[in-house]
Amino acid sequence: MWQIFHKLGSPKWFFGIASALMPWLLGIGVALFMTGIVWGLVFAPQDYLQGNSYRIIFIHVPSAFLAQSVYIMMAVAALVTLVWRMKLADVFVRSAAPVGAVLTFLALFTGAVWGKPTWGTWWIWDARLTSMLILLFLYFGVMALGAAISDEKSSARAVAVLVLVGVVNIPIIKYSVEWWNTLHQPATFKLTEKPSMPAEMWVPLLLSVLGLYLIFGWLACLRMQTDILAREGRTRWVKELVQARGN
Amino acid sequence: MAFDSFAAFMAMDGHGPYVWTCYAVFFLLMGAITWWSLRQRRVIIAQQRRRMDSAPVRDERSAAASFTRIESSQD
Repeated sequence: MWQIFHKLGSPKWFFGIASALMPWLLGIGVALFMTGIVWGLVFAPQDYLQGNSYRIIFIHVPSAFLAQSVYIMMAVAALVTLVWRMKLADVFVRSAAPVGAVLTFLALFTGAVWGKPTWGTWWIWDARLTSMLILLFLYFGVMALGAAISDEKSSARAVAVLVLVGVVNIPIIKYSVEWWNTLHQPATFKLTEKPSMPAEMWVPLLLSVLGLYLIFGWLACLRMQTDILAREGRTRWVKELVQARGN
Repeated sequence: MAFDSFAAFMAMDGHGPYVWTCYAVFFLLMGAITWWSLRQRRVIIAQQRRRMDSAPVRDERSAAASFTRIESSQD
């Protein structure tokens, strides 16, 4: 058991696995995502209430969904960093944070542009929008703190603590549409119920969410590999790897 | 097909500017972070190569387990 655990934490082992997975993650991810948005943009029926502006959902929901799940993944990795001092977990937190920030910004931006024709306003300071803005600042905070401390171990610990403190924001985002009055509509997908939209709408939405998940997986692997190359530059396997590569 | 013509598809009954702005910004930013991540990787590999060219590979013992963070301007 412990042997497997240590192997999982080995940067060299991860590097190999990531290299093998990455073409699949990118290929299947892009295929699913593009199918989802083309279906959503061209073939899905119009919304009877919102007209065509609802087609923004096919990028808004994937971005918002990923923005939150990336943070949850980072929180799990932060816990692993604190408990087992696993280096790879810290590599993940650092590599994922900028991607999470981009996704959160996209969720906020596409939400604002969708809000204008639908609610008549770009922005309101309600619970859902404000808690998403806090999530964006949490991502910025993680990036800034990680860059500010040069000692690798103290940096890893400080970042992990910040990520874990910030995780309290996630249930607030999730339940904000139920606890408070808001203009924002409730969740599209629930684990326990059938989606309230027709299948011609939720199937492409599901495809684009899954596709973006896989694309995130590819980006995370790519960025983690880069971080490993930078950190482990003195080890023999990295030297051999760098020498073997053409570019 | 939810639209009769390409023009109707672009106009989206007046919601075109909103929808297309969202999609444009989405692809722009996702493209930007992908480009940046690929570039970072190239920079790191080029840096490691330069370092190896200037300092020949030392013996295994000194290379076994080093967790030093590498300081670089592209970090």
